[in-house]
Amino acid sequence: MDLLAATIGELHEGYKKGTCTPVEVTRAYLDEIRAHNEALNAYILVTEEEALAAAEASAARYKNGSARGALDGVPCGLKDIFNTKGVRTTCCSRMIERFVPPYDASVVTKLREAGGIFLGKTNMDEFACGGSTEHSCFGVTKNPIDHAYVAGGSSGGSAAAVAARMATYAMGTDTGGSIREPAAFCGCVGLKVTYGRVSRSGVTSMASSLDTIGHFSKTVTDAAHVLQVTAGADSFDSTMPDVAVPNYLEHIEDGVKGMTFGLPKEYFGEGIDGEVRARVMDAVEVYKKLGAKIVEVSLPSTRFAVAMYYIVMPAELSANLARFDGIRYGSRPKREGDTMVDYYYHARGEGFGDEIKRRIMIGTYVLSAGYYDAYYNKALKVRTLIKQDFERVFGEVDALIGPTAPIAGMKIGENVDNPLAMYLADALTIPANAGGIPGLTVPCGKTAAGLPVGMQILAPQFSEARLFQIGRAYERAVA
Amino acid sequence: MSLSPDQVRHIAQLARLQLSDDEVKKFATQLTDILQYVDILGEADVANVEPTAQVTGLMNVMRDDVIRPAGEKCDKQSLLACTELPVERDQIRVKPALTG
Repeated sequence: MDLLAATIGELHEGYKKGTCTPVEVTRAYLDEIRAHNEALNAYILVTEEEALAAAEASAARYKNGSARGALDGVPCGLKDIFNTKGVRTTCCSRMIERFVPPYDASVVTKLREAGGIFLGKTNMDEFACGGSTEHSCFGVTKNPIDHAYVAGGSSGGSAAAVAARMATYAMGTDTGGSIREPAAFCGCVGLKVTYGRVSRSGVTSMASSLDTIGHFSKTVTDAAHVLQVTAGADSFDSTMPDVAVPNYLEHIEDGVKGMTFGLPKEYFGEGIDGEVRARVMDAVEVYKKLGAKIVEVSLPSTRFAVAMYYIVMPAELSANLARFDGIRYGSRPKREGDTMVDYYYHARGEGFGDEIKRRIMIGTYVLSAGYYDAYYNKALKVRTLIKQDFERVFGEVDALIGPTAPIAGMKIGENVDNPLAMYLADALTIPANAGGIPGLTVPCGKTAAGLPVGMQILAPQFSEARLFQIGRAYERAVA
Repeated sequence: MSLSPDQVRHIAQLARLQLSDDEVKKFATQLTDILQYVDILGEADVANVEPTAQVTGLMNVMRDDVIRPAGEKCDKQSLLACTELPVERDQIRVKPALTG
């Protein structure tokens, strides 16, 4: 068995049978990282000793029949936004580049208790602000498929790690598309969960009403295995509705016969690259052959989504980043000034990169006196329109299908000085964050130049099981 | 909506961000572009639409007002260890807040 290509299910079976061990697999991943990470910059910190120790403990559990489930002994990467106790966590920002968290994020605790093995922390756009992982203080992450292209962002390191055989799965966050877009660009599966499905405690907040915790994996079934562990209530996160966690694998092979899928006409319009549209339509044909009914639907508020997001998100971001002042934690600035206020200016001026400053300033501006109603309040009402559009169509269809991103990729450097062009790459992913609904991106082919294309499946709140069933049907059909 | 360098300086002051003159000029242009783009919301019909601040519908999520076990997440010493500033008597020494 090719250990680096093995799925979570295959590894678990191998561990149970004794045909491979967690230590072997962990070593194989660490070797691959040692050989290829420098070229890609997927990981900004590799925790070799901790990973091997966890692997030994897992191996012992399998030996004495006390393995903890499918994730026990499976190596993964963690976006550097997840607090890991005793292990540096920087959000790829100079502002907290030396920060060592005194506790684990709740999700990290869950994965640890499930026997998960952490290979290291992956690269990201600073404080999750970006769509290309070019805004990291640790440098850019390259797309494993074509090194001239970005891995996408903000969870580019995690996407690249899974795509480049440097992790079985990897954790990320998705606030406007930061899991789905890089997953599409790198050619792996990416899951954005329903808002409130997975605990955000211990994960640095970007936009608190939009942030979600999700992951990258090689297959749809693997995505289900991970969610089975990460989903569910947490007393440290009060924004999680009390919704039971179903068995995500129970119906995953049930297929799509009799389901109705909507294709939002606004997701297939002018701004979408022709090859991206073609690959997604090929996937739609597969679903037709599998017995699904396809209808066209309309989400008229789609054209306002980017504008709404780039008011609401910076507003929330500016509030969430106000705590970074270099006092209780964070980098002491080179120039400190004479007063506490001077110190704030210098700590924040030195610690934050350009994209962060831009977004903090937009947020500050739209929340300031005189502008709150014109911008922020207006954007919140537009958010309602987006949410209502989804509610309406989900009354008619089981799921929506469309491209994950309007383009198949961006060259490194192409949009780094053009913030607005970068933002428009999120046009198809932002609506799901606005509505709080889950979305799954599944690779559905490549462009002529070899760049992966992702198909996005959207479903109502808390229906991740349905997403997995639909994604798995496609995966099985094209295997 | 066009932002002048003075407006950018004012926003930077509100956000406690130290910006160089070059940064002020650069951001004035970039922020103006972004704010001009978001003006598209003027075309949205939001008459009689309530704002959505959050999608969960949750309100007033409470827990009993009891002290949680000491060190449940982390202890005082680990928290104090997070600062890069001097720590004296369990307090972080900062620059003076008041001058003069």
